[in-house]
Amino acid sequence: MLSDEEVRKIARLARVSVTEDEVRHYAGELSSILDYMAKLESVNVAEVEAMTHVHGSSNVFREDKVVPSFSVEQALANVPDRSGQFIRVPLVQEELGE
Amino acid sequence: MSTPIELSLTELRKSLDGRKFSAVELAKSYLSEIDKQKDLNCFITLEPDKVLAEAEASDKEIAAGRSKSLTGIPIAVKDIISTKGTRTTAASRILENYIPPYDATVVTKLRAAGAVVLGKTNMDEFAMGSSNENSHFGKVKNPWDKERVPGGSSGGSAASVAARIAPASLGTDTGGSIRQPASLCSLVGIKPTYGRVSRYGVVAFASSLDQVGPFARNVRDAAIMTGVISGHDPLDSTSMQLPVPNFEAAISSDLKGVKVGVPKEYFIGGLDKEVETSVRAALSQLTELGAELVEISLPHTEAALSVYYIIAPAEASSNLARYDGVRYGFRTPKPKDLIDLYTSTRGEGFGPEVKRRIMIGAYVLSAGYFDAYYLKAQKVRALIARDFREAFENHCDVIACPASPSTAFKLGEKVSDPLSMYLSDVFTIPVNLAGLPGMSLPCGFDSKKLPIGLQLIGKPFNEEMMFRVAGAYEASTEWHKQRPSN
Repeated sequence: MLSDEEVRKIARLARVSVTEDEVRHYAGELSSILDYMAKLESVNVAEVEAMTHVHGSSNVFREDKVVPSFSVEQALANVPDRSGQFIRVPLVQEELGE
Repeated sequence: MSTPIELSLTELRKSLDGRKFSAVELAKSYLSEIDKQKDLNCFITLEPDKVLAEAEASDKEIAAGRSKSLTGIPIAVKDIISTKGTRTTAASRILENYIPPYDATVVTKLRAAGAVVLGKTNMDEFAMGSSNENSHFGKVKNPWDKERVPGGSSGGSAASVAARIAPASLGTDTGGSIRQPASLCSLVGIKPTYGRVSRYGVVAFASSLDQVGPFARNVRDAAIMTGVISGHDPLDSTSMQLPVPNFEAAISSDLKGVKVGVPKEYFIGGLDKEVETSVRAALSQLTELGAELVEISLPHTEAALSVYYIIAPAEASSNLARYDGVRYGFRTPKPKDLIDLYTSTRGEGFGPEVKRRIMIGAYVLSAGYFDAYYLKAQKVRALIARDFREAFENHCDVIACPASPSTAFKLGEKVSDPLSMYLSDVFTIPVNLAGLPGMSLPCGFDSKKLPIGLQLIGKPFNEEMMFRVAGAYEASTEWHKQRPSN
């Protein structure tokens, strides 16, 4: 069973704020979901390679050629707080913790 | 004489080209029907002016003799698919005012075929759900019984076609989100082979599992739609460079020589009795049409749900990291500092199911747990794919089984039990894990008149066999001719 502290740590990793009520709630839900995954313990995966692409493709490249993209206006059209061609955000603090 | 909204895509093409009615009249009929049935809550965004303008342009093309397969035909598009200049929300508060500066490739292809974009359909937030009860814009009702779910996550796309307020629609399928709602709404729903259809412009949930596909009222319409959206796209590095076959031409009435695999692991525990009866009757019907049934085993079926609920949330936690309130979307109003900007934007912008999955994803990818969960899941995934490969190599040409373990459940019935909700996808998930094509088509109704779907699963890039079997089955039955009573 996940502890409240573990849930808070996961939420910090995921950069998602959670209320204390939510912490308790998620601890229960996540625990039962994670318990269900214990089904995998009995599966023998000796000699099996992890599947990273269903059809085995890798490294699909294109020519390094400049092609048309968005204008600055198009790219910034959805910015919540804009200042000219800049995006305004709160000050980045000196110490950001983990 | 059917009204325009009852016509199939083929009949609409004939009627429009034969000037029985105009594209503008057709668009107006659909917009009027949408309004009459707005209690279903199928649409998040409707822009009637744009619809009529596109229809007018279509009429000019038709008059000039330049119609393409979908010219003048309105198609509903799941709100996870980017439409240039039209709000695209993925049913989330975090994107509630996001207006994409570009069309997804599948939308570009729809437009190139002359289609009119009818509107953006409701869905579970970020495609996470099996009932369309996780939307920031409210739940969608099943037109067959308005106290029940249409299925999810493409609930709006399914309900709109079933309710006859759209002739066809696009959805996406990551763990069953097209096939399960198709089954619950009596429609044909296609999930093409992974890599058959471009994901460019589709808001990403799980990049190794997501695929776009159509909902339609019959197999031929589904084949037409699948053909329109398929094809290699240089903008999607996971799309495969393979020619697109003529899916319509694959439809046949004869299944002589076709071996249909019946996986024994799909007919145990948790499968509703009436669903089993209908599906088994459908399998019998296939033998009447000339096919041979072969019992097969997919031994790692039971592990599939666990594998999916490790891999999909892990990929989602990575894909949804971009929603940070900085460049687009919702931003928390009074952030204390930059970290608070991120955490509060995401805490307030995402719904509970999305947060749940992001946290599972963060957990299984975190140091100390990566090997036990994510790496193990990727290995079991390879085994699941191998089960299918061996079945296809040695025993059968196509696989047939149920699409959903039950018919449509009641709204609210599973919301407080996420695990029970996840079990709705037990038959569809393995197909996404193996990257195979899958479809659901109508095969009956239960004693409450709720639809039941038959699932077909094909070899990679062999959608043609699925269309062949589905077409033959449909032609010998009447399920697809039934419609919900208004």
